[in-house]
Amino acid sequence: MRLLDSLRFRIATLFRGSEIDAEMEEELRLHIQYRADDLERSGLDRAEAERRARIEFGGQVKYKEECHDALGNNFIETLAQDVRFSLRVLRKSPGFTFAAIVTLALAIGANAVVFAILNALILHPRNVPQAQSLYGIEHGSDKSPLESYPDYLDLRDRNQSFAGLAAYNVCWAGLDTGKDPTEVGGYEVSGNYFEALGIQPYLGRFFNTTDEHGPNSAPYMVLTYSFWHGHFQDDRSVVGRVVRLSKHPFTIVGVAPPDFQGTLLFISPDFFVPLVNKEQLDGEDILNARGNRKLLMALGHLRAGVTPAQAIADLNSIGAYLEKSYPKDDADMKFTLVRPGLAGDFLGGPVKAFVTALMLLAGLILLAACANLGSLFAARAADRSREVALRLALGSSRNRILRQVFTESVLISLVGGTVGLLGSIALLRVLSTWEPLPGIRSLHIPVHPDANVYWVALLLALASGFLFGAVPVRQILSTNPYEIIKTGSIGKVGRRITLRDLLLGVQIAICAFLVTSSLVAVRGLLRSLHSNFGFEPRNAMLVHTDLSTAGYRGDSMATMQKRMIAALEKIPGAKSVGLVSWPPLGGGWIKSDVFTEQTTDLSLSNAAANAFLYNISPDYFQAAGTVLLAGRIFSWHDDKNAPRVAVINQEFAHKIFGSVTNAIGRQYKMPDGTRVQVVGVVEDGKYLSLAEEPQPAMFLPFLQAPSSVTRLVVRSSRDPQQLAAVMKTTLQDLDAGLPFTIGPWTMDAALFAPHVATASLGVMGVMGAMLAVTGIFGMAAYSVSKRLRELGIRIVLGAQRRGVLEAALARPLKLLALGSVAGLLLGILATRVLAFIVYQATPRDPLVLGGVVLAMVLLGLLATWIPARRALSVDPAMLLREE
Amino acid sequence: MTPQAQLLPGTLDLLILRAVSLGPLHGYGILLRIGQISGNALLIEQGALYPGLFRLVRQGLLKASWGTSENNRRAKFYELTAAGHKRLREETESWNRLATAIGAALADQPEEL
Repeated sequence: MRLLDSLRFRIATLFRGSEIDAEMEEELRLHIQYRADDLERSGLDRAEAERRARIEFGGQVKYKEECHDALGNNFIETLAQDVRFSLRVLRKSPGFTFAAIVTLALAIGANAVVFAILNALILHPRNVPQAQSLYGIEHGSDKSPLESYPDYLDLRDRNQSFAGLAAYNVCWAGLDTGKDPTEVGGYEVSGNYFEALGIQPYLGRFFNTTDEHGPNSAPYMVLTYSFWHGHFQDDRSVVGRVVRLSKHPFTIVGVAPPDFQGTLLFISPDFFVPLVNKEQLDGEDILNARGNRKLLMALGHLRAGVTPAQAIADLNSIGAYLEKSYPKDDADMKFTLVRPGLAGDFLGGPVKAFVTALMLLAGLILLAACANLGSLFAARAADRSREVALRLALGSSRNRILRQVFTESVLISLVGGTVGLLGSIALLRVLSTWEPLPGIRSLHIPVHPDANVYWVALLLALASGFLFGAVPVRQILSTNPYEIIKTGSIGKVGRRITLRDLLLGVQIAICAFLVTSSLVAVRGLLRSLHSNFGFEPRNAMLVHTDLSTAGYRGDSMATMQKRMIAALEKIPGAKSVGLVSWPPLGGGWIKSDVFTEQTTDLSLSNAAANAFLYNISPDYFQAAGTVLLAGRIFSWHDDKNAPRVAVINQEFAHKIFGSVTNAIGRQYKMPDGTRVQVVGVVEDGKYLSLAEEPQPAMFLPFLQAPSSVTRLVVRSSRDPQQLAAVMKTTLQDLDAGLPFTIGPWTMDAALFAPHVATASLGVMGVMGAMLAVTGIFGMAAYSVSKRLRELGIRIVLGAQRRGVLEAALARPLKLLALGSVAGLLLGILATRVLAFIVYQATPRDPLVLGGVVLAMVLLGLLATWIPARRALSVDPAMLLREE
Repeated sequence: MTPQAQLLPGTLDLLILRAVSLGPLHGYGILLRIGQISGNALLIEQGALYPGLFRLVRQGLLKASWGTSENNRRAKFYELTAAGHKRLREETESWNRLATAIGAALADQPEEL
C-alpha cells in the first residue's frame, strides 16, 4: 500500500508540479499578509508593516526549496539519476536491450498501424464539420444504403429530422480538356450536397439547389483539390473554364477544400457534378425512375436536439407512406441510421468486424511481447540479485530499487514505442498512397496517423513498460540481502510452476494461435485461387471502357460494340472475343429482381429471386471459358427484333424451375413485365466474392439489353504486353475519343479482402513466431545458464548427453508443447470467423494442423539450439574451478 | 520580553502537532499558537515553519485544505489526522521521558553519586 501511495503521490506531484508550486507561493504570500495585518494593527503603516513581515519571514526562496525537499520533490533529479543509471545498465547488455527494443517496436508498431486504420475507418471516418451529427440512411432488412431519385426527393422534403438531406452516386466519365481524353471518377450529387455537409469552397463557388431547373439544367462541375492539383497544376484560372465530360460541356465553377475527399472512404472522387445532369454523363434518366432503387446514398446532419431514434421514426413514417403510394416500386422502406463513409453496414459491417478482429490480434501480440519481456526481466532480476542485495545492504530503499527497475523498463518501452511508431508512420504513408485495385481508379485507403494514434502508441508503450517491469517486483521485494551475499546467487531449482513458466506458456499459446490463424488463411487463399469460378481468368485480356463517356447513346452504342468485337477478333492470336457489362468478381455488378411467369402483381415482395444480371455478346461464354450445361448460347440474331431470351445459371434454374432440364424453353418475368425465355443453362460461378454461396445469375444478349459499360474479354495465348499494344491501336483506330484501359483479366477486386486478411494474418503469424522464438530462447538460455554448475556436476558424475539435455531443456520444451496445443485449439475455434472472409478457410485440414505442429517444433528447435549447444559444451573442470 | 530559547532539532514538528491538536489552523495561526502556548519563549524564524508543515503532510500526520480565515482571506488550514494524533501522543510521552531523564541527570549533585 505504502508503495502504491507513494507512487501515486509522486506521479501526482510530477503532473501537478506547477500547480503545487503556485499553491506554495500563495501560502507563503498569505502568511506575510497576515503578519503585516497584525503589524499594521500595532500602529505601523502598511508599507512598513509588509516590509517588516517579509524580513521576519526569512529567506523565501530558501524555504520554498526546503518545502520542495520536504515533499520529496527532487523528482526530476532522481529521475535523471535513474535514467543515467538505467542507460549504463542497458548499455552493458546490448543484446538484451536490442532484443527488447525490437520486440516492443514490432508489437507497438503493429498496434499503431491497426489502431490508425481503426481510427481512420471507424472512429473518425470523415473530415466533415460536426461529423458526430452526420448520418447516412440505410434500408432496414437488406441493409442497402441506396435509394431511387424520386424516393430521395420525398425523403428530403418530407422529413423533419435532418437539417438537410443530401444524396450522391459514384460515377465515371470521359474528361476532355482539349488534350488526351481520360476516364475520371466522381460523384453525381444533389444540389444541396455541399450546403448540407457544411463545406466551403477552396476556390470559386459550389453549385447549389438554385442552379437546378430540371433535367440537364446545371452543367457545372466542382473539382476536388487533389485532382485540381494533379490534373490542372493548381491553375487558379481554371474556374469558369468549360471542359467536356462524356462529350457534354460542363463549366468548372469551383474547387473543394484540400481535406474534403468526398463522403465515401475508399473512393475519393476527382470531381462533383449535379445529379440532375446524370443523363448527360451516362445516358441514364433517373429523375423520374422510382423503381431504380439501387442508386443514391443519402446522408445529412441531424437537426440539433433530434435523436437518431426520432429520426428513424420520422423516416419510417415517410417510408410507410411511400410503400402505400407506390406499391409497385417501393417495398421494405424501414430505415436505420449509419455512420456514412463505408456505404453503411454493407461495407462497414465486414470492415468493422475485420479491423476489430485485427486490433484484438495486435493486442495479443503486444501481450505476448510483454509476457516475453517480463520473463526476460525476471531472469535479469534474478541474475542481478547480488547487485540488488548489495544496494539494499548499503542502505538503498526497496522503493528506490524498484523505481530504477521501472525506469529501465519504461525507458525500453518508450524507445521501442518510438521506433515502432516511426515504422508504422512510414508504413501508413505507403498504405495511403497505395492503389490496391488498378482496375478501379481513385480507390484509396486514406489512413493518416493523427494525434490519437500517437497518444495510443505512447500509452501502450508506457502501459507495457509498467506491465513487464512489474513482473520482477515481488522477486526484488523479497530479496534478503544477507542470505544472498553470504551464499551467492543460487537460484531455487524448484519444481514449482513459477510466474515465468506461466508467462512463457501463455505467450507460446498466443503465438501458436497466431500461427494457426495465418496458416489457415494462407491455405484458404491458395485453395480459393485454384477453385472453379465459373470462368477462366488466365490467358485473357480485358478492355475496360464505358461508351457513354464518349457520348454513345442508343443504337450507336450497339453498333460501336459490334465494331469493337469484330476489330479485336481480327487481331492475330485472338482465339475468341466476348463482351460483358460487368465481369464476375470484378468489383462491380448489377442485380435484378425476377418473377415467375405466373406472377401478375410485380411488386417487389413477390419477387422469386434477386439475380445477378450480365449483358453479354454471343461469344462471351467461349471467351470467358464458362461451360454450357444445356440448351444453346446466343446468336447475333437474338437482337431487338427477336423474342427476348436469356441464359441462366444452374442455381437460377433450380430456384425458379426446379431443375436444369426443366428450365429450357420456360419463361420468367423481369420487373418491367417483359417475358424472357430461357434458351440455355450454364454452370454456376462466383459473382461477387469467393466466399459466397451459389447465387442465381442470368445472362442477357447485349443487343436486347444494352449496356454502355463495356468489358471486352480477349482470349489468347499471345504475350500479354504485345497483345495489349495491338489491342490499343486497334481500338484507337475505331474512335480516338474513347477512353479505355487494357489489362490482364484479374480478380483483384474479389481477392482484395482475402488478400488483405491473409497478408495481415501472415504478418501477425510471423510476428507471433518471432516472439515465440525469442521467448523460448530466453527461457532456455536462462535455465541453462542458471544450472551450468549442476549440469557440470552431472557430467562429471557420468551423465549422458541425453540426460544433460533433458535436465536443461525439458521444461521449456514441455511448456512449448502445452502452449502449442492450447494455441492450436484456440486457433481452430477462432477460424470459424475467418471463413467469412477467406474462401474455404478451415482448420480441419491435415496440412494446416501438420503445418502448425511442424512450425512450432521448428521454432522450438531453433530457439533451444544455442542453449542446448551451451549445455553440452559445459566443461565441468573449468566450471567447478571458477565458481 | 522574555529571553528566547533556540529550538532543539526535531522539536518543531512536535510543537506543530501540539499546536494543531487544539483545532485547525493556518500557518501563521500555528506560529501564534506556538508563541501563545510556549509563552513566547521559543525563537522560530517564521519561514522555517513551512518545510516542517509540508513534511508532516507528506508523512500523513497532517492534512491540509483551503478555506477562508476569520478576516475573510483565503488560507490553507492544517489539522491532525488520526496518525497525527497517535504520533503526538507517542512523541509527547517519549519527550517527557527524555526530559525527565535529562532533567534528573542535570539536577543530580555530584556528591550524591
